[in-house]
Amino acid sequence: MNIVVLLKMVPDVVEELKIGDDFKSLDSDWLRYILSESDEHALEQAIILKEKYGGTITAVAPEAPEVDDALYSALAKGADRVVKIKGEWDIYRAPGLAFVFTRFIEINNLLGEHTLILSGSQAIDDLEGELVYYLAERLGLPGCCVVTSVQYNSDGNSITLLKEFSAGLRGEFEVSLPAVIGIQAAENPPRYIPIAKIRSIMKTQKIEEIEIPLEGVPPGIAIEKLFEPVGLERAEFLEGNPEEVSRRLVEIFSEKGII
Amino acid sequence: MANGIIIYIEHLKGIISDISFEILGAARKIADDTGMTLYAVLAGKTVDSLLPGLGKADLVITIEDDSLEMPNPEAIADILNDVGSAKGITLFMVGGTNVSSGIGAILSSKQKIPLINLCKNVRHENGCILATNQLFGGKIFSEIKIEDSKGVFCIYPGSYKSEAGKSDKFPQTEKFDYKPKVSKIKFNKIIEPDLSDVDISKEDILVSVGRGIGNKDNISLAEELVAVLGGAVSASRPVIDQGWLPLNRQVGKSGMIVKPKLYLALGISGAPEHVEGMKDSSLIVAINKDPAAPIFNFAHYGLCADIEDIVPVLTESIRNKKG
Repeated sequence: MNIVVLLKMVPDVVEELKIGDDFKSLDSDWLRYILSESDEHALEQAIILKEKYGGTITAVAPEAPEVDDALYSALAKGADRVVKIKGEWDIYRAPGLAFVFTRFIEINNLLGEHTLILSGSQAIDDLEGELVYYLAERLGLPGCCVVTSVQYNSDGNSITLLKEFSAGLRGEFEVSLPAVIGIQAAENPPRYIPIAKIRSIMKTQKIEEIEIPLEGVPPGIAIEKLFEPVGLERAEFLEGNPEEVSRRLVEIFSEKGII
Repeated sequence: MANGIIIYIEHLKGIISDISFEILGAARKIADDTGMTLYAVLAGKTVDSLLPGLGKADLVITIEDDSLEMPNPEAIADILNDVGSAKGITLFMVGGTNVSSGIGAILSSKQKIPLINLCKNVRHENGCILATNQLFGGKIFSEIKIEDSKGVFCIYPGSYKSEAGKSDKFPQTEKFDYKPKVSKIKFNKIIEPDLSDVDISKEDILVSVGRGIGNKDNISLAEELVAVLGGAVSASRPVIDQGWLPLNRQVGKSGMIVKPKLYLALGISGAPEHVEGMKDSSLIVAINKDPAAPIFNFAHYGLCADIEDIVPVLTESIRNKKG
């Protein structure tokens, strides 16, 4: 079984986000990048499948700050090959990424009869929707997102997966391979890798680097402006030490008939 | 402006999703402002029972086929593409739900028109369609302008009141001929949530924990609070994904939609997919260390503090009050 995992870095929203002087992008001086959360789950799901069924994992990501750390970490977790797509990436919009990943898959001849392509179901900057479906359309493959479980079927030609709907409902689907699947959450939480193991991987293994010609990349929709949420009714903030605010909360709960 | 706008009516298990009424209301306003015709596409194995209540549309286009028993994004995108081509329309609105996930991106690929995702406010201004989108977990908004009426707008659930899209009027209908294609995705079955220990959608009080709780051991702080306050412990997605609480405790897009009398959010940032599940709670109190956390835009009362400092003291105060 051959698994390709598509990864991308996104701004860490735990940090402060500042809007740039052009009011159309984030101020990069303030940004810290992390691997997109559902991509981390896609990588974990790939490793779970490799442990169960064997096969190889190729993890690929476009160049971005901190991406080397994410790719070395992928090697330490169990990826067989990691690749960085070189280039200046201002935006990571799904239609453009789908173009680049499609070229990567074609150039490397990665699409076999049983290939499973995994990526995160969604990212926090998916202004133009989900990568998985754009990629599936480009490659002419079935695509499915919001997936939380993947099993290979005994015929070797298909997978069974669980997709989340709403209100706790899930659907079970059978998808023929090759396929592009968007992982929302892996069957287990992403594994922790000690920093010492990552450091040792850095000494013995390499990140491959590749350039993809960008002619023909969809330009993406233009942002008129970015702004911080305004006009929303903010909470009334309670101030004081823990005893004071707890007393006030008890009063509020009593007034509302909750206690 | 274009001559029309096409929206997709999402439904699951014989019930029209709230998002469909949100979109019906939003699209009705745009259609009224511009003189466009509003078409609603309703596809399923059988759809007659879903027609009453869709009267806000000028015309409901119905497609019935056994293959449409479950919503399949590939098939729905195909249908919307065909209807758009038949009517000469390139303006679409679909739901940004898990059920409808993918319809927008596939339709955008087929029609070669942009998809504008995460929309919370789509409107008509000076001959253009404008959208406000929530990015980066709701911390930053963007504004997009479409000048040529070509685009698929994907509406974030909970962005509009669904009442504006509801109607007692029976709509005008038109059948549409659709030839299903062979799909490489086969539906097997629906799996219901296990609610044997608790159904959080029926609880009056929820103490809900998020990533900010820090570690699994700290969930006991919420459990001790619930022991004196009543109700149940629920959680946002990261806590469930870590395996710290079972799936039936999840609030939000994929989890349960809850409307308790009190929703006490501990260490929850307030990402849109969580807010979707709890924004209609009667009283929302949020405790979070980050003063910029979007949850404070939805809470009635907020505390910018460390959970470990506040929650044990609050638990003790409630115990004393209750005697």
